[in-house]
Amino acid sequence: MRILVIEDDGQAAAYLLKGLRESGHVADHACDGEEGLEAARGKVHDVLVVDRMLPGMDGLTVIETLRREGVATPVLILSALGDVDDRVTGLRAGGDDYLAKPYAFSELLARIEGLVRRARPEAARTTLKVGDLEMDLLARTVSRGGEEILLQPREFKLLEYLLKNAGRVVTRTMLLENVWDYHFDPQTNVIDVHISRLRSKIDKGFSNALLHTIRGAGYMIRADKS
Amino acid sequence: MRTSLKLIKTSTFRLAALYLAVFALSVGLILAYVYWNTVVLLERQSDETIRAEISSLGEQYTQGGVGQLVDTIKSRSEHASGNIYLLTNYFGRRIAGNLDAMPVKAVKGRGWIEFPYAVETADGVERHQARAFHTPLDLGFTLLVGRDVQERREFAELIGRTLFWALGIAVVFGLGGGILMSRNFLRRVDSISQTSRTIMAGDLSGRMPVSGTGDELDRLAGNLNEMLDQIERLMVGMKEISSNVAHDLKTPLTRLRARVEDALRQKDDAVHKAALEETLEEADQLLRTFNALLSIARTEAGQAREGLTDMEAGGLVEEIAELFEPLVEEEGGTLTVRAEPGLAIRGDRQLLAQALTNLVDNALKYAATDERALRIELSAQRRGDTVVVAVADNGPGVPEGESERVVERFVRLDRGRSKPGNGLGLSLVSAVTSLHGGTLELKDNEPGLRAELVLPSIGADG
Repeated sequence: MRILVIEDDGQAAAYLLKGLRESGHVADHACDGEEGLEAARGKVHDVLVVDRMLPGMDGLTVIETLRREGVATPVLILSALGDVDDRVTGLRAGGDDYLAKPYAFSELLARIEGLVRRARPEAARTTLKVGDLEMDLLARTVSRGGEEILLQPREFKLLEYLLKNAGRVVTRTMLLENVWDYHFDPQTNVIDVHISRLRSKIDKGFSNALLHTIRGAGYMIRADKS
Repeated sequence: MRTSLKLIKTSTFRLAALYLAVFALSVGLILAYVYWNTVVLLERQSDETIRAEISSLGEQYTQGGVGQLVDTIKSRSEHASGNIYLLTNYFGRRIAGNLDAMPVKAVKGRGWIEFPYAVETADGVERHQARAFHTPLDLGFTLLVGRDVQERREFAELIGRTLFWALGIAVVFGLGGGILMSRNFLRRVDSISQTSRTIMAGDLSGRMPVSGTGDELDRLAGNLNEMLDQIERLMVGMKEISSNVAHDLKTPLTRLRARVEDALRQKDDAVHKAALEETLEEADQLLRTFNALLSIARTEAGQAREGLTDMEAGGLVEEIAELFEPLVEEEGGTLTVRAEPGLAIRGDRQLLAQALTNLVDNALKYAATDERALRIELSAQRRGDTVVVAVADNGPGVPEGESERVVERFVRLDRGRSKPGNGLGLSLVSAVTSLHGGTLELKDNEPGLRAELVLPSIGADG
């Protein structure tokens, strides 16, 4: 993926670029709003990472300008302002996701990948599949190896989100935001317990586990490659 | 000099002066009306009488000649009714009447004159003022008919003087009253501004003087005092917070620094890695504390008030219960929900959810005992015109007298020191509740703690 980072703080940008490159992406850097706007107009990037507070033209203005000009590249807003209303203004300005500083790099990476996936138009699928686990979105049923698994509505939503991001890391915060629509840190391992319940329902009794814990980052659902 | 200038500038004095001007004008108008009614009207009346007399006497002269005229004048002069008559011949000699001689002013022509004349009284001779009309008749005769106007003149003078003095007294009293009133007002305003200056200089314990009359200045002072009370409370809170922040943030920072320093001294990569991991964890914990502080501050400042929307309390309680149920069960407890339907409140879903999360988290942390299985109950019910959202547990509860303190920032009871946390949970709950115009009440659940968010209902009935 080719990612454009618009961030004025040199050191923060350097860490970010290094991390992205190490994860196998091509990363470009712009130090201020005007430069970022120029670079983003080229439409060669898969995703933009925009700091909200930039010298000169601020991040939100950059995003608004791009959206007015018809540039639809997905944007992840990075900001020290992390409250719900800041989030709302950021998303209204045309951002696609919002991450408060300071952030864990794994969180950022997971969100970037989620954004790109979301941006690609996908055929309206009615079934999601990983390995021998199948989810029918119309009938709202889940089965593994042909055997039906009964899930609570919230567990169904949780699994659906994981399946839509299959093969990618999904962080606890992303789950809390997308499955429960809560934008605060509950400071407990409440998500872990929900995951372990889900895991016991879909993985118990099967030799290969589908739902994996990614240490220090979050969770991932994937068919074991081994 | 400067004080008197200041006095004149006060709004009270200006009002008093304006009132005085209006008052003086109306007094003047009333007196002028009285004066006109008495003096001018009376004068006009007497002039008319004189005119009638002249014309009746003139008629007698034309009809009956001088003889009849002289008889009439003589008879009328005798019943002295304050009227003055005089008839003179061609040489100016008196023929009839009660006046000795024609006044000099009446020598020729006809018209009105005023002149002094002598009146005999018991005490002697007095000079009185008279007003008369004189007219020449045929054959050199001149007729004069007049009236004594002395009394009327004196009366008019009296009224004039009264008018003058009344106005004078009104002005003096009005000015004096105005000055007294403004001085009293000025003194109180001065003391208020004096107090506010000392408060601004840093003495927050000062309060505005209240006279006890309950007037508008008292009400103003009372409101200012209430405001000062609140500011003082906040300031005291701020001081406590900053020392608590200093303590609770410096401790982990010191730990963090020491760890890094120690790791740098070591040569072992495994030690470095472990130190870095611990540092990351510690940094995350610090960030959490910092974020919690920020959201409390923001909530207390009321910045989130714009995010309030109409929502249903029962649904929120059920959502939180659903989120926590697995966790509570994992801990070997039970979580029950009791939510009435249709409890409409005006709230911020995120903040309320965070507050409830903190309360359930507290119950999980502090209510679990070895003696009995943990039971947590989440409820939402109507109480009067409020909606009470409560989290109750069956733990040891909060000791009596501590419930006020546990809400303060960074306050953790000794029992809770061993558990992870930063002592900010209840502070946020309290801030969220007051943002919603409600109160946080910590009650004894017998046993355990019952934390109630008493929120204003927006009347689902109506």
